[in-house]
Parts: sequence; structure tokens; C-alpha cells
Amino acid sequence: MRLGLLLVAGVGYLLPAALSSYQTFEFTQVFIYAVALLGLNILIGYNGQFSLGHGAFYAIGAYTTAIMTTRWDIPYGWAIIAAGALSLVVGFLFGLPALRFEGLYLALATFALALATPQVLKYFDTWTGGSQGIVLDKPSVPLGLPISADQYLYYLSLTVLVILLLLAHNLLRGRAGRAITAIRDNPIAAEAMGVNAALYKSLTFGVSAMYTGIAGALGALAVAFVAPDTFSAFLSINFLVGSVVGGVASISGAIFGGAFIEFVPTYAQEISRAAPWAIFGLTLIIFMYVMPTGVAGLIRRVAAALARSMASEQPAPDSQTAAAEAAEGNRGSARAVLGKPD
Amino acid sequence: MPRPEKQLAILRRIAVFALGVALSLGLACKSAWAQDPGVTATEIKVGNTAPYSGPASAYGTILKAAGAYFKKVNDEGGINGRKINFISYDDSYSPPKTYEMTRKLVEQDHVLLDFGPLGTPCNTAIWKYMNQHQVPQLFVYTGASKWGDPKGHPWTMGWQPTYHAEAVIWAHYILGHIPGAKIGILYQNDDYGKDYLSGVKDGLGSAASKLIIKEQTYEVTDPTIDSQIVNLKSSGANVFINITTPKFAAMAIRKAYEIGWRPTQFLNFVSASVGTVLKPAGFQASKGIISGYFLKDPSDPRWANDPAVKEYLAFMRKYYPDGNPNDLFNVSGYSCAQTMVYVLKQCGNDLSRANIMRRAANIKNLELPMMLAGILINTSPTDFYPIEQFQLARFDGQRYELFGQVYAAVSSHQK
Amino acid sequence: MAALLQQIVSGLSTGGVYASLALALVLIYQATGVVNFAQGEMAMFTTYLAWTMINAGWPYWAAFAATLAIAFAAGVLIERVIIRPVENAPVLTIVMVSIGLLTIFNSIAGWIYTYTVKPFPSPFPSTPINLGPTTISLQDLGVGGVSLFVLVVMYVFFRHTTLGLAMRAVVENPVGSRLVGIRVGWMLALGWGLASLVGAVAGMLVAPLVFLEPNMMSGILIYAFASATLGGFNSAGGAVLGGFLMGVIENLVGTYVTFIGTELKLTVALAVILLTLLIKPTGLFGRVAVSRV
Repeated sequence: MRLGLLLVAGVGYLLPAALSSYQTFEFTQVFIYAVALLGLNILIGYNGQFSLGHGAFYAIGAYTTAIMTTRWDIPYGWAIIAAGALSLVVGFLFGLPALRFEGLYLALATFALALATPQVLKYFDTWTGGSQGIVLDKPSVPLGLPISADQYLYYLSLTVLVILLLLAHNLLRGRAGRAITAIRDNPIAAEAMGVNAALYKSLTFGVSAMYTGIAGALGALAVAFVAPDTFSAFLSINFLVGSVVGGVASISGAIFGGAFIEFVPTYAQEISRAAPWAIFGLTLIIFMYVMPTGVAGLIRRVAAALARSMASEQPAPDSQTAAAEAAEGNRGSARAVLGKPD
Repeated sequence: MPRPEKQLAILRRIAVFALGVALSLGLACKSAWAQDPGVTATEIKVGNTAPYSGPASAYGTILKAAGAYFKKVNDEGGINGRKINFISYDDSYSPPKTYEMTRKLVEQDHVLLDFGPLGTPCNTAIWKYMNQHQVPQLFVYTGASKWGDPKGHPWTMGWQPTYHAEAVIWAHYILGHIPGAKIGILYQNDDYGKDYLSGVKDGLGSAASKLIIKEQTYEVTDPTIDSQIVNLKSSGANVFINITTPKFAAMAIRKAYEIGWRPTQFLNFVSASVGTVLKPAGFQASKGIISGYFLKDPSDPRWANDPAVKEYLAFMRKYYPDGNPNDLFNVSGYSCAQTMVYVLKQCGNDLSRANIMRRAANIKNLELPMMLAGILINTSPTDFYPIEQFQLARFDGQRYELFGQVYAAVSSHQK
Repeated sequence: MAALLQQIVSGLSTGGVYASLALALVLIYQATGVVNFAQGEMAMFTTYLAWTMINAGWPYWAAFAATLAIAFAAGVLIERVIIRPVENAPVLTIVMVSIGLLTIFNSIAGWIYTYTVKPFPSPFPSTPINLGPTTISLQDLGVGGVSLFVLVVMYVFFRHTTLGLAMRAVVENPVGSRLVGIRVGWMLALGWGLASLVGAVAGMLVAPLVFLEPNMMSGILIYAFASATLGGFNSAGGAVLGGFLMGVIENLVGTYVTFIGTELKLTVALAVILLTLLIKPTGLFGRVAVSRV
């Protein structure tokens, strides 16, 4: 995990030198989506719940930033933090009732949330600018750094992603993380051991929403415009697709998922002008067949197989094998939780 | 470990390579300054974004018709020997996607200009970007009033008459011809609907609050609008202003008829098509509807022998056989593309972005074949509203009967 | 008063539309234990097939029957070919596959038939009938009537036929069913086929009202979800009643609760889903599922 993160960060920070400004923007989007998916992965992978409504939190983050930076002239750095905080609170409050639902019912409740978002945004038009939306200013490059505005946004998003990756990593390995996984794997036993399941579940929902809200804040800055049409139910579905394709119970899966929802629709257009979404749908289904645990899961399995074959040659088993096997075991239990209801 | 001389050789090679890269970059930059991107001796690259999927995909056909027209122009020799390379991306009517695809068009595909990007929120998302990068955002496909802003946004220009202008014409007609009007309005709850609504109110002036007795909205996600029509009927309105997109327009007309509500109906231009709205709604139910018109409706028997309509129908058969020739959207895309071709032809060999905007802002009395007689395209450096005229027409159960004079919609400048 | 009555009547007729699709959703849930997000798009696509046949000059009822047959076969085929490989996968995987199907059907329909709205003939005349101060069209009565008819047929099928009982057994206890000789795989396929068939009926009923276009069902699907939740996902009768209720609630709230109005009508559907899940998660008529730990 550490090594992978270092690698991602290293490549990430060097990449813009080799990219055109448009590609820089594309990768910025990948990182932003990755932050959003990270939130969803925490929920799905570690809470055993999934959400078809995270677009709503993305919208909350985006609008918080838009309103704070344009109406109140608050620096965008604070706006991003406020966006995260507000999403955390709203997510927690939505999580309180939602934690009682499972599987299908949670899907429906969150899907309804996604559908209602554009309408609610239009309804409070004194704040949100209604269907006209709000035009933002792109953050200017600070400290006279010799980089373009696109590159600055790129580094900003990448840095936020790395920080939130580390945070997720530490959170999930600590006491709270163990409690969350225990609830996922055996709620009744966890409850018996004194874990306040309801509180942890709502908190996880809140943290998950916070991640997606921060992503929304970055998204608003990158595109410099927010409008209700941005936050249709399709956005939420796209998030879930990215999360599942990347690999739900993994942190690194978020980056693969981000790349999937950024690049696949564009390339699908190039394959078939007539029916690009048919290509998208087909790709999605094929992914579900060949990589049921997502790209991250596939990589893990390949790594585990490699490690095993290496281990058979060398006398002492290296730590990587153990880690890979542990990861496999982890997946197994996640599968059990995510299995069919009733 | 390589020996020192070998290291030196490697260094030298790197230096030569770096120089080469620097030189070629410099040259590339220089040639880019000489001529705006997207133009070669044989090609003009024109970009576009439109909703080919998602909730607004019914509009996608407009740009498909425009693209088909460019193909026809290419088959006939192109523009001063250059073929139009029309690159149109799907944005699903999602503003961030529009922004992304537009950047791809400008920065990766290096298009000369962005023609007819569709949708108010989508165009708002790229408004600043296009003007900062000084890339023409020409003949945007939305009727919002804000596109005619030559001072603040000199690289953006609309095309169709504004929603606001059309609504003002209805309002004046109501004030002049329908005494005792009690107006009920149904509008789509977004900027398009609200532009029309404010046009109606501005046109009615101080009488607005007295005459408008009921306003109802709907969302594009609503399965039906029956409830809204019932409310409008029970409000006692005798004038129905129907500000809806084709599918909802057809539903509204039919439902009003079904529940026995017979007001004087005004229908926005977006949905005035006989073939795709009134026919599905039922001709009986559509009788008496008043619409603003500026294009010839190909399904109107009046134009059966009109050479321009015949040419259009032949075009549709050959270049866009999948499209519905009776759909006014296709007529609209065809005419908009003709305007673009006209401007490009006017530019001659100076296909710089600045010259294109100059020519686009100096169109004088351009008549397009599919426009009604007397409706002309006019622009000037201070007037970025190409089409500002309408003729009212009343549907008699079979076809639209034009009546009254050609109205000029001056009001669009007020906003 | 007349306005109120008219709103209720018109709510009932819209509710009939929701009920018909909710029925298909509930059917597939009962028969296979999954919720099919592509249900609406499948219904839309089969309606296009009917439209093609009618346009080619087929009589309405011949096209209707042929469409039902095709829809059934397509449903079985989709289960066998597309759902089968992920049958034992987590519920999330199946949801994803059904979303993939949704985008495929929507995109292909748009590609073949374009996004321009098309009128679709109705077997019922649209003549209005006056009921006191209100009017209702025969068409609306027809939609509601057919929904109720399908419901009765389903009831009889699942309660009183061996096949129907076998299908229910498979969902309740797949292992036990296999032991007593029920072919579990085919029962699931049959479930998809039947749901697809009911969806096709819904599509052909709804199309004359909302006009045929590739996005025709997406709005309805949401309300169908709300209706099924309200009535209970494991009660077909509940789903139909939920549909009618949903139509009426939506109209009355939109008309008489001024701060909501027509601008937040969809949000009412959200509220109905959430409130039902909070107060009575199994819906008004659902059975409480007791799970042994």
C-alpha cells in the first residue's frame, strides 16, 4: 500500500511535464473522481452498504464552494474544507435513517436522493442561482509558481487525493476501521462486543459523503461552473460504476475507477458515434464478468499468484504473499456481506 | 561503468536532441501564430458539442442535420476548395462534459471554431473559456437572451430568435386582440421556461399581474403533466401559454382537449412542428393554436411545390435518411449550418478567428431558403442577434395559416 | 371541489401507469430476488418493436401478441446469457449489470429509432367520459383495467399453478427446491421472461399516453420504484395499489401544498420512499421477512 501510494504520487507529480494542457485537465478530472470514489469505496467496501445517491454529496460540495467563493469571497481553500465539513454533517444525518436499510432498499433510498438533487437545487434559487447556475473563478496560481492554472489545479487535486488516501488508509487500519469492518462482517457479534453499530455506520456514511463532497468542491473549481444539470442521477450511477469497476473494497481501486469514468465514455464515442453508451454498457458488463473484484482486485490476485510462484522458488515466504493472501481473505468476507439480501 | 569519453558522447547527443526539440517547438509555435489552428489548404475544422444521449437527446438531431449539410457542401466542392471537417461530440447535456469536450476540441483537435453548441447551461459552462481563448462560439443553439453581448463576450453569438422576444410578441398580440384575457401558463422549470415567462411578463407590462391568473411548472423528469393541465383548467383561464418541449407540448395539447378545456393556445416555436407535435397530439385537439414562425414547415402542404422545400427534402433523403424530414429541428439545423457556410464563404482566404467574428457580425439581409419570406438575418458589431423576426400563424386543423405582419423582436436588446 | 375530484381522477389514471411498471419490478423481485434497473428500458425497447410491426401494417392485436412473445423470449434469453454468469455474485454486481443493460437498450433504441417522439396507437379510444363534474378518458380506464387484469392473472399463476409455486419456492429456498427436482436455473429465466412480458404490456399501455421515445420509461421507473416501495416489494397487489396511491398523492401534494407545488413533485416520490422505509420497511402490504441468525 505504502509503496503503491508512493509510486502513484511520484508518477503523478512528474506527469504534467509530459502532458498537454487538455490531458492535464483530463487527469485532474481522474483525481477528482478518484476522491469521490474513495468515499464510495469506504462505504461499500467497509460498511457493506452501497449508494446510488452520492452525486447529491458531490453537488453539496460543489455548490458550497461556488457560493462561498463567489458570494462571500472566501478563499477556495477554506471553501473546500467547508464543503467537506458540510457533506460530512449531511451524510451523517442521512446515514442515521439510511443505515437501517440494506441492499435493495438502501439502493432505492439513495437513488431517490440522487433524483431529487437537481430539483432541490433549482428550488432554492436565491442561493444556487437556480437553473442558471453559478460561474466561478478558476483559482490563480499562488506564490508566482511557474506553472499554468491547469497544472496548478492538477497538483491541487493530486495533493488532496494523496492526503485523503493516507487518511482513509490510517482511518481504516485504526480502531475505528476495525470496528467498521467488524460491523460489516458480523454485525451482531460486533454489537455484542460493545461496538455502537448505529453510530459507526452513520459516521462511515458521513465520512464517505465528506470525501465525495470534497471531490465536488474540486470539480466545481476545475470546471469553474455549477448548474443543476451537472448533478443528474446519471452522475451518481457513474460514481457507482467507477467504484465497482475499480474495485470496491480497496483504496487504490478509486484511481482505476476514476480513470474508467473519465476515459471510457470519451473512447466509446470514438468507437461508435451512433451508440456510444451501448459501448459503455457493454464494457461495464464485461468488466463485471472478467473482473468481479474490479481492477484493483485483479491486480491483487495477479500479484498474489506471482508472489506464490516466487515463494515456491525461495525458501522463506516473503511478507508480500502474506499481505496478498490477507487481502484475498478480506475480499471473501466483503463478498459474503454484499451477497443477496434475504 | 562507462568511460568518460563515452559519457561525453552521450551528453553531446542529448544536447543535439534537445536543440532539435527546442527548434521544432519554436517553429511550431511560429507557424501557429501565423494562422489560427484548424485551417489547412484543404480543410477547415469545425467543432461542436450536442446532446446525443441523456434527457435532452431529442435535440441531437439538430446537429446531425447540420453535420449532414456540411457533408453536402463538401460533396459540392467545399468552401473555396476547403472541406469542412465537422467534429461533434456528445455531452449528454451535462455542463462539465461540455466544458471537457470543448477543451478537447480546442486544445487537442485544434478546431478553428465551435459551431452551434447546444443548450443554455452547456454554453454557459464554456462561455468564459471561449472568450478568454478567443475562439468563436458561433450560432450557439439556445434562445437565451444572454448570448447577444458583444461588449462582454465578443466571441459568442446566438442564432435563433430569443425565447424572450417570442414571448413579447405573444403578449402584444394578447393585449391587442384578446380582450378579457385570463392567462394560464405552463412552463418548463429551467432557464428556457423562465426566459419565456419573463418575456410574457415584460410584454404585458403593468397588466401582467392582473392578466396572468395561474402559472404551473413541470420538470423534464415528470412522466405526465396531467395534473398541471387540470389546475390550469380549473383556474378559469381562457388563454393558455404552452412553454414546453415537443413531448410535453403534445401531452399538454391532448390533455387540455380531453378534459374539455378550450382556451386560446399559444405554443412556443420549439414545439411548433406539425409533424412531431401537433400530429401526435391530434389535429382536432391542436385546432386554433397560435405559434411564432420563422421557418417553413416541410409537412405543411402549402410548401409542397416550393423549390427550397423540395431541395431540403432531397437533401434529407440523400444525406440524413435516418432523420425525420418533417421535424422542424432538422430544418433549423440545416438553416443554421447554411448561415455558418455563408460566413465562412464571406471570409474568403482570411480564415482567422478574428475575421470570422468580424464577418459573422456583418451579415446584411441574408435570406435563407427555408426561412419565411421577409425574415432576414442581420447582425452588426453591436447586434449579436442574427434572427429577430417572427410571423404569427394559426393552426386550422390541417396546417398553419400565417397571419398579421412580420414582427420584429426589438426587445431582445433590452436584456 | 370539482378541481379536487378531477385531480384525484387524473392521479388515478397516472397511477395506473406507475402500477403497470411497478408490477413488472415486483414480479422480477419475487421470481429472482433482484431489482432490475433495466426494466423500464426493456419495456421501452419492446414497445418500439411493436411500433415497427404496426408501422409495417400489422393489425394492432397481432403486433401486441407478437411483441409479448418476443419480450418473453428476450427476457429468458437475457437471464440465460447475461445474468447467468453473475447469478451468484453479490447483489451489487447484478445491479451493475442491469445498469449496463439500461444504457445499452437506451442507446441502441436512440440509434435505431432516433429520439424524436412517436405517437403510438392505443387499443382504447381516447373519448372522454363525464363522471359528474370530472372527466376521464376510456384510455385511462383501460390502463388501470389492464393493470388490474395482469395482477389477477399473476395472482392466480403464483398461487394456483404448479409452475408459479415452483418459481416462488426457488426464491424462498433454492437448495431445497433443487432437492425436490425443480430446475432452479430455468425458473429464474422464466421469472425474467414473465417480468419482461409484463413490462412489454406496460410499455404498450403507457406509450399512447406519454408518447414513444427512448427516454419514455425513465421518469416512470422512478415512480414505479416509489410505488413498489410503498406497496411492498413482495406484494404484487400492494405494488398496484401503491401505484394508484402514488399518482393521487403526487397530484394532491403538487396542487394543494403550495410550498412544494409542481417544482418539487419528484421530491415527493423521494419522501414517500424514505418515509415508507422508515415507518414500515416492508411496505403497506409486504410480509415481514424474519431471518434466522
